[in-house]
Amino acid sequence: MWDAIASNQRRSWVLICTMGIVLILLGAVIGGAIGAYVGAPTHRHLVAFQPPGDASWTRAQTGVYFGIAAATLLWLILWATAVGAGDSILLGAAHAREIQKEDLPQLWNVVEEMTIAAGLPKMPRVFIIDDSSLNAFAVGRRPDKAAVAVTAGLLKRLSRDELQGVIAHELGHVRNLDVKFMTLASVMLGAIVLISQGFLRALYYGGGRRRSSREGGQAALILLVVAIVVAIVAPFAAQLLYFACSRRREYLADASSALFTRYPAGLASALEQISGQAAPEAGASKVVAPLCIVNPLQEAAAFSLFSTHPPTEQRIRVLRGMAGAGLAAYEAAFQQTRGKSCLGPRTLQDSTDVPIRAAAPAPAGREQAVARARAVGELLDKVLPFAVISCPCGVRLKLPPDSKRASITCPRCGREHEVPRAAGGSPVTDAGPPGPSPAAEPLQYHRKGTGWESFQCPCGGTVQLSPSFSAPEAVCPKCGQVIRVL
Amino acid sequence: MSTTLIGLLIVLAVVLVLLFWIIGMYNGLVRLRNEVKNAWAQIDVQLKRRHDLIPNLVETVKGYAGHERGTLDAVVQARTKAVGAQGVASRAQAEGELSQALGRLMMLVEAYPDLKANQNFLALQEELTSTENKIGFSRQFYNDTVMRYNTQIQSFPPNIIAGMFGFGESEFFELQDAAQREAPQVKF
Repeated sequence: MWDAIASNQRRSWVLICTMGIVLILLGAVIGGAIGAYVGAPTHRHLVAFQPPGDASWTRAQTGVYFGIAAATLLWLILWATAVGAGDSILLGAAHAREIQKEDLPQLWNVVEEMTIAAGLPKMPRVFIIDDSSLNAFAVGRRPDKAAVAVTAGLLKRLSRDELQGVIAHELGHVRNLDVKFMTLASVMLGAIVLISQGFLRALYYGGGRRRSSREGGQAALILLVVAIVVAIVAPFAAQLLYFACSRRREYLADASSALFTRYPAGLASALEQISGQAAPEAGASKVVAPLCIVNPLQEAAAFSLFSTHPPTEQRIRVLRGMAGAGLAAYEAAFQQTRGKSCLGPRTLQDSTDVPIRAAAPAPAGREQAVARARAVGELLDKVLPFAVISCPCGVRLKLPPDSKRASITCPRCGREHEVPRAAGGSPVTDAGPPGPSPAAEPLQYHRKGTGWESFQCPCGGTVQLSPSFSAPEAVCPKCGQVIRVL
Repeated sequence: MSTTLIGLLIVLAVVLVLLFWIIGMYNGLVRLRNEVKNAWAQIDVQLKRRHDLIPNLVETVKGYAGHERGTLDAVVQARTKAVGAQGVASRAQAEGELSQALGRLMMLVEAYPDLKANQNFLALQEELTSTENKIGFSRQFYNDTVMRYNTQIQSFPPNIIAGMFGFGESEFFELQDAAQREAPQVKF
């Protein structure tokens, strides 16, 4: 296993260096082409005495140096940003909220268990994302500064064993130093794409004002053709490399997950559930995609050389085909499914046979699932401090904590509601948490028809129902009493 | 004169390289030994945590199934024995017995729906399950680390240094695997 990390590291550096060379080449060629053109008017009096061919080559040479310097500078800036604020950018982009043990003991425990199994120096911080889709990702360039984020949908749907498999996969990424490498590689990829796109676009839009190639000289013409070819090819090549490596890492993280949990069926069953979901995630961004457990942006069936993740169905087949929980068992199952090797001999050389453990005594069943869903729902209401205003028409209006509005209009009935403010200026909940009403006997009102109706609340207030009213409960505007409408 | 100097310098360089190599190897061994200690500390933390959870659990179960004296006493006794155990092997033995006693208690709980619905018990159960898992995972990690350490001090060049500086082999922490992982069989 430790060899897996070492060989991973070596492969990473080869990739990083290759991408670095591509980046510098790109900078050099584009710089040369631009230099050969741009240099022409200002230096004409200087180079007039030289043979015309040579002159353009000299200018191109200067351009090459500038190009390399500019490419390196761009990369450094992107890299510094990624290092300085990478984790918070990623977590912020996903709207993740940090939780503590008391909030959701089971999730916390599972993360703690996997931290121990993976031998991480420190437990990662735990975040949840208010999203009904099923996904999870890990960030943290160093294993002692990692964080793992899971969506609320995932927590609601997965059993303990399945959740364990997912968390183990994510911590596998952290332990294998995938996050560090992926950040480095994606920054390189970003720089390459940025430069190529910028150059091609400038060429396209600036085409009309360009001087003729005769004026730029022979070098300009040659360099221009080369630069265009490189600018088109380089991003593709870099992406292919990047994605191939990303997919390989997914397989290794799957293998790590099986090893940590000693239970490959957990992750397999989790992946089955996750791949069963229909729509791509709404809040997902391209930035987070390579770190997620499944690609949040991709339609289920699509798979190509430009995928960050291997097809989920194949990952499940490999996991289901494992005879043990060790890396060797994963390799064997992989070879059976795909007909080729995955982890490589160096990774496997000190791997021992690990038996699969028995499934946890499943406290499954509907009640358990409902209880879990409720716990997650309550947690979300607590962690995400939304203010809730109950409109008499039955609509619950949720206000984000940073809302500065003085009033809010109900989208169904059009009533204006004043937003109650706490001392700190943030909106507070007016009607208390939704749930059982304080009255011992729930009040009821039987509707007579479908038009406008009104009735008296025990407190004396008048409750009015609109023709479009369809909620199961109405709220008295005077005392806030919840009245069931039948 | 100058050839002697060059010869001397070469010898010096070789000695320096050798010295650095030995230092590197020694440091590697120290690092591994600390990892083993660290991994053991992790097991220790989890075992203590389990010992702390048990009195609470026994009290909660007593409230609903106080007449099941035999099973409850077995758990309490196994705990007392585990707390007092010394040394890796005897601790592994005592902890294995505690795991079995706890397994029997958990089987018994199945017959008491009221107890299973108790919030306090549910929280304790999650904690206990997780602690059992953590013991399992930390044991797994400890044994992996011990294996790497033992392999290192037995293989050729490092074993000389290990012998010189007194790096001894570490013991594996083995619970009876089958008994711990499988739910206990109920016989009628």
